[in-house]
Amino acid sequence: MTAGLDLRGTRRLLPLHLEKVEFAVGSRQIIRGISARLEAGPRTIILGPNGAGKSVLLRLCHGLLEPTGGYVLWNSSELSGQRRQAMVFQRPVMLRRSALGNVTYALRLAGVPRNQLEERGLAALRTVGLEGHARHAARVLSGGEQQRLALARVWALRPEVLFLDEPTANLDPGSTHEIERIILDLNAAGTKIVMVTHNLGQAHRLGDEILFLHEGRLAERAPADRFLKRPESAEAARFLEGELPW
Amino acid sequence: MNGFSHAFLQAVDLVVAADPKLVEIVVLSLRISLIAVLFGCAVGLPLGALIAVNRFVGRRAVIVLLNGLLGLPSVVVGLVVYLLLSRAGPLGSWGILFTPTAMVIAQAILITPTIAALSRQVVADAWQEYREQLRSLGETGFGAAGTLLWDLRFSLVTIVLAGFGRAVSEVGAVMIVGGNIDGVTRVMTTTIALETSKGDLPLALGLGLILLAIVLVLNAGAFLVKETAQRRYG
Repeated sequence: MTAGLDLRGTRRLLPLHLEKVEFAVGSRQIIRGISARLEAGPRTIILGPNGAGKSVLLRLCHGLLEPTGGYVLWNSSELSGQRRQAMVFQRPVMLRRSALGNVTYALRLAGVPRNQLEERGLAALRTVGLEGHARHAARVLSGGEQQRLALARVWALRPEVLFLDEPTANLDPGSTHEIERIILDLNAAGTKIVMVTHNLGQAHRLGDEILFLHEGRLAERAPADRFLKRPESAEAARFLEGELPW
Repeated sequence: MNGFSHAFLQAVDLVVAADPKLVEIVVLSLRISLIAVLFGCAVGLPLGALIAVNRFVGRRAVIVLLNGLLGLPSVVVGLVVYLLLSRAGPLGSWGILFTPTAMVIAQAILITPTIAALSRQVVADAWQEYREQLRSLGETGFGAAGTLLWDLRFSLVTIVLAGFGRAVSEVGAVMIVGGNIDGVTRVMTTTIALETSKGDLPLALGLGLILLAIVLVLNAGAFLVKETAQRRYG
């Protein structure tokens, strides 16, 4: 069973198994019995109309929420003190520190030795083109720069899996393009991408496979090309036509 | 009116000449309140932050209690500390009643809840914004409280200064536990109260001016710190 091990012989985090996952707040059922297996490799895009449960599903996978039914199971339990999966939010939250300080903060939490913090932080900033802003206060950077900084922060952690919740929803096309490039670079460096988006063009550019959610259910799962051209489920077809699905 | 302006001019003279008696009183006041504030911060800031970021049984009751203590009457604190420290009291053997130490204790008891309640509010508001991000990065509990305290440092300066303002301008508690002993436990507020009732208006007015100036300067300082920080750190 070598497939579950990486080169260093530690068990890989992926695949991630979702087994009949349910999530409810009070009497409101948000996720209804989703079962899926997320493998290393393909970039997974989660699509669906507002209120379909996309962001909630992402948070369940990341561990920010506990399912009220079913299981979210990683191939290996996480090593203590070392986050091997990370998340980028729609609106990044930056601390009142320098850009570099925000990256080294995350590294310190991940247990990186003190003498490596700055070097690894600067390297991560370089990959997103923010090395010139290393000493600038993070919160006064522009929205696009802050989102790139958020990506640098997770890049520095070299996660096996990265969840992204509509990372370009508030950004202009130029910044969106930059973010997409960084996401592809991260993926090329070996990080599994699981991303929620509303933007069909983005799904097309970044997605290898699509998980389509509708009213808390996994309505369809298909390769991105096929899904965007010939969706099989009626809900997905309506969604792609831009029809309101109710 | 004439009497007042005369007293006022004399008061200004006392301040400008740095009258030794006046200086001694001011220095003692500041020293007591500073130590009380240091203690209040050491306990109040972490306490407020921990209550803000953690969920535990009885949390709501603690918050209500803490907010209630914001309005804690200083004379009641003075009375309680007096009873604790008096000869017959449980801590009477310490023999510190009518000393500056007793005054520090009274002021610290008075302002620790103030600092804790106000910082809890500030941290709780920020926690709404930070919670998911910090949890995602693996920060919880004590670590999150510390991170937030540091991130909100400029807002917290205002709270700390509010605490200092309350301590230095408070009269009831220090009067009761300090005893207003000349040269030992006489601070600005108790001196003003005493000298006014004795009719020595210049000293009372001079101290009043200094007290007012201290409070104003502190507030201006807090305002400037916050504004500068806002521009630099966002």
